[in-house]
Amino acid sequence: MTTLRSAFGEMKVAGRSFPVGTSIVVALAVLGLGVMIYRYLNGLGAISNLSDGRAWGLWISFDLYCGVALAAGGFTLAGAVYIFQRKKYYPVVRSAVLTAFLGYTLVILALLVDLGQPWYIWHAIIYWNPHSPLFEVALCVMTYTVVLALEFSPVVFERLNWRVPLRLIRAIQIPLVIAGIVLSTLHQSSLGTMAIMMPETLSPIWYTPILPLMFLITAIAVGPAMAIFESTLSSRAFGHKLSQDVLSGLGKVIPYILGAYLLVKIVDLVAAGEFGLVLSATPLAALWWVEVIVGVILPIILLSIPKIRQDKVKLFLSALLVVIGLIINRFAVSWLALAGRPGYTYTPHWMEFAVSVGLVAWAIIILMIANRYLPMHYHEGKWEVGDKS
Amino acid sequence: MSKGVLYDANKCIGCRACQVACKQWNELPAEDTVNSGSLENPPQLSAHTFTKIHFSEVEEDGDFHWIFAKRQCMHCEDPACAAACLVGALQKTEFGAVVYDDNKCIGCRYCMMACPFGIPTFEWDKRLPWIRKCTFCADRQSAGLEPACVTACPTGALKFGERDELIAEARERIAAHPDQYVDHIYGEKEVGGTSWLYLSPVPFEKLGFPTLSEHAVTINPGRAMSAVPVALIAVAALMSGTYWIIKRRNKMGEVPVEEQEEKEEVKR
Repeated sequence: MTTLRSAFGEMKVAGRSFPVGTSIVVALAVLGLGVMIYRYLNGLGAISNLSDGRAWGLWISFDLYCGVALAAGGFTLAGAVYIFQRKKYYPVVRSAVLTAFLGYTLVILALLVDLGQPWYIWHAIIYWNPHSPLFEVALCVMTYTVVLALEFSPVVFERLNWRVPLRLIRAIQIPLVIAGIVLSTLHQSSLGTMAIMMPETLSPIWYTPILPLMFLITAIAVGPAMAIFESTLSSRAFGHKLSQDVLSGLGKVIPYILGAYLLVKIVDLVAAGEFGLVLSATPLAALWWVEVIVGVILPIILLSIPKIRQDKVKLFLSALLVVIGLIINRFAVSWLALAGRPGYTYTPHWMEFAVSVGLVAWAIIILMIANRYLPMHYHEGKWEVGDKS
Repeated sequence: MSKGVLYDANKCIGCRACQVACKQWNELPAEDTVNSGSLENPPQLSAHTFTKIHFSEVEEDGDFHWIFAKRQCMHCEDPACAAACLVGALQKTEFGAVVYDDNKCIGCRYCMMACPFGIPTFEWDKRLPWIRKCTFCADRQSAGLEPACVTACPTGALKFGERDELIAEARERIAAHPDQYVDHIYGEKEVGGTSWLYLSPVPFEKLGFPTLSEHAVTINPGRAMSAVPVALIAVAALMSGTYWIIKRRNKMGEVPVEEQEEKEEVKR
């Protein structure tokens, strides 16, 4: 990220010059776009190693499962600021909502690559199967993306000085935030519901009827972690000053949520009589321990220590552990612990990576532009355009 | 009034006439395959192969045996694919077939992931790909015909009929020759029952069939989905209540500074 910072620094100084960090991001974004075009011309088989034996791969695990969960900063922060009225976190809410909006946009774009017939995506609106968890996912993705766009729109209206729409949005801000929380609750959990359709292929270490609840809890835990992660990076890259008090406050709530998760996770395994499975010497048991130690137990300990929370770098790294733990969890449930059909193997094609990385690169580019041209920087009680040093 | 097919591994001779008949009826192209050292061919079901005979090489009492098992969609009584499909492109019909409507499908492939038997396949090489799988010859059945594979079977290893009657007949066959069959009708109870039923001389896991629970895989997601409206209302009420209470408490105390500023900002 120092490259990002220096990249941006140079950008500011040189005005028109295109430094290394930005160039790499732009190159990845363009490569991703190229692969996407290639996919539409030649079909899924041409750019992916997906097969009948492994019909979902990197895109579903990373872009959908992780993308949605990592966008949880949007509803957790909006909830903290507008519903629980913790005004202290006001300075990070805009970037959290923007990150969530970009995250959801990225999910939709990835799905447009992954779907066999993306031009029929609107069928989800007219042909309803209310029994399908994926139907719930589809409706939540669509409506919540609109809600996030509306939640973020005041930032754009402020910049453009459009007072009427600004007043309209401010008037429905609280209902919007509540709608966002409701949709997120449903959406985060529905990704877990999707996985419980596969009791015969998902390893019992992760399979549980309460997987939707587990997905919701982990999403709530990763929300503040993502806010720390992303605020730290953007404050470095874009030169925002952010009080450590705000970030450490976010870090303080994480151990409680992760503690609840750990408790539910272990009680659930013991109650199902499957705790022995994680004590066996199998790759999946090892994966479970990595998830629990790296993503749950370590952050609980680290973030309970005030000294660590007060240290920018240590807080950032602890939050990063939570994010890594969540990624391991989502990859396990949607791919690694999910048995494919016998006789097939799957390693993602480089073009699958190119699509996922390219989409993230696009999100970074938009974040950079937003931080440069939109009032994203909260300074002495006012939102300011980030482009000043 | 639900139809089924009873497959008897003791009667199958592995001729694969069913495979050929299926290809002919569904106008499916041949597949390029390589010699895998087995007479089983092609190695997997695919968008071009809705059914195939699986060859199991079993050694019993020092003797080598081939045991065959036809593979195709099992046409579950409570199909995971149909519950998974967000647009309802897959449906269980009352006469037994699980049918697919490509006018609805968006190609998400959740059906492929959800199917406990690993059946639905995808046209990976096509620009406009659809899901493909055995249709139970729903078109032939609606015209009063048997499925093409059943018609083609020369030994009577495949028998088409009412599912209930086929289960009764399977029981009779087991009772008549308990030495020749394992006492298990695969598909009678697996994942809540399937339209296709199997008899075998050896345990089904030896034929490569997955060992499945008697519960339909749709039960848990069904419960979770029925909790959605409750969760929706509960979370909305909880959040509205929390907002109202905290706002009121803040008003009783003092008005937060930021809020005032925000309002002024809008007025300006």
